[in-house]
Amino acid sequence: MAETVLQVTDLTKRFGGFVALDTVNLHLDKGERLGLIGPNGSGKTTMINCISGSLFNDEGKVEFEGQDITALPAHKRAHMGIARSFQIPKPFKSMTVLENLCIPLEFAAWDRADHRHISEQAMDILETIKFAERAHENSGSLTQVDMRKLELARALAAKPTLLVSDEAMAGLSSSEVDEILEILMVLNEQGVAVIMIEHIMRAVMRYCERIVVLDAGKKIADGSPDDVMKNPEVERAYLGE
Amino acid sequence: MKLDKFWISVLVILIAGFAFTKIADNEFYFFTTYVVLQGLIMAVAWNILGGFTGYVNFGSAGFFAVGVYTTVALNKAFGLPLPVLLLAAGVICGLLGLAAGYLTLRLKGVYFAIATLATALVFETIVNNWKYVGGAAGTYVLQPKTSFIFDNYIELLFMLMLVLAVVATAISRYLSSSRIGQGLTAIRDDEVAAECMGVPTLKLKLISTTTMGALMGIAGAPFPFFVTFVDPVSAFALVIAVNSIAMPMIGGTAVWYGPVIGALLLGAIQETATVTISSELNLLIVGVMLVLFITLAPRGIVGLIEDYKKKREAKSG
Repeated sequence: MAETVLQVTDLTKRFGGFVALDTVNLHLDKGERLGLIGPNGSGKTTMINCISGSLFNDEGKVEFEGQDITALPAHKRAHMGIARSFQIPKPFKSMTVLENLCIPLEFAAWDRADHRHISEQAMDILETIKFAERAHENSGSLTQVDMRKLELARALAAKPTLLVSDEAMAGLSSSEVDEILEILMVLNEQGVAVIMIEHIMRAVMRYCERIVVLDAGKKIADGSPDDVMKNPEVERAYLGE
Repeated sequence: MKLDKFWISVLVILIAGFAFTKIADNEFYFFTTYVVLQGLIMAVAWNILGGFTGYVNFGSAGFFAVGVYTTVALNKAFGLPLPVLLLAAGVICGLLGLAAGYLTLRLKGVYFAIATLATALVFETIVNNWKYVGGAAGTYVLQPKTSFIFDNYIELLFMLMLVLAVVATAISRYLSSSRIGQGLTAIRDDEVAAECMGVPTLKLKLISTTTMGALMGIAGAPFPFFVTFVDPVSAFALVIAVNSIAMPMIGGTAVWYGPVIGALLLGAIQETATVTISSELNLLIVGVMLVLFITLAPRGIVGLIEDYKKKREAKSG
């Protein structure tokens, strides 16, 4: 059996009276590519906020590589190897692209990687995803697609074992989607498990080995892309009765 | 430690300052530079939280006043020597900074700024009602008779302030170039992203408020011996509070030398105006300069210089 990276058990998150996540279970193996889909407001982003530590769950347990991380703050989880990108890019605007990558290298990856030659390491990462030509540009003035690339590059610089990508492709053109997919492939080849939240089904079907579907805070399907697409409940969630 | 340009300048400044006390005999110069240097330390302190970390606040000067009253109280109770008073003010204000930070840092933007203002008002109310340190009426503080190797006490205070200004600047420079400074910049740019990239945001913010508080307190500790009469109106003076915000804003908040430039410039203008026109003008000068800089050069003098350099490079390249 493959090694477990992430085990989420009976996760519940409420916002006041609204139940955003209702006893959701999720399991992820090492190096697996998982797609997390669902209609708007189904709890996808809340789910990854609870996994990355940006939000704390009300009930249930989150385990990472066998350790209970339910009560750990986000930066400790980042140190352990959970990285995420944001739906709306959040670059460190006063820094160049290269300096943006130095932050996770100096903090999240500090205990697990080489302390020296930080900027060389950052440059290497930019080269692997073919983004080096933007290294010295101001991160605040990048185009949309470049900002998405920066989000992923920065997550990569945290040297993660689990990457959570929150709609990295929303609003991009077809060729740009391919560019981002390629980056995610490179990441995965390095042994990183990926949870991908996405609305672009073409990308999800191509990239993911397994798909989990959320609807109104509940998990309604979990399986191979083809099985999930045939699932009548998924059809109902997306198209109605 | 490598002897770079910074430390050589520090050495030159300290030697020049010492020589100054031996050459100049008009006490006015020392009074004037004391005020400018006090502003410089406060500007540097404010900038650690307001500039590097991006937590703009109006309450920092309250810590200066706490430093002032730490000296008043401890001097009255035990008659401690000045270095001990400095240390005590630093420790007390550092701890207060830590506590205030812990209580207010979960607030963001305007709410944080207002909460810090409230903190300063709490300090002022306490001092106003504390009879032992003079309450609202104020109290006299006697300068010690001996002035070490200096001709008079104001020369000693001037030299002390010069050393403290250098120390404060060195601390701020160290912070900005270290990993801590990198983390603070990340927090300023985007706190949520910083936390997810492994930056321990709460810890770094508390380091920031503690350092700010301690430096503010140390800036205030010698003040009672400087003015010899302290009341809440002078310790919590509006012009002192506004200066500590305006100086970094005018100089540039993103780098350690920004507040230094701003403090020297604004301080020099204010002191000149005090002598030639009237001391009442000080607040007006700050106000006008602050408005001018915020509208025309939001990144301060440092930003102006950077833009000018970029333009010249673009022309020649």
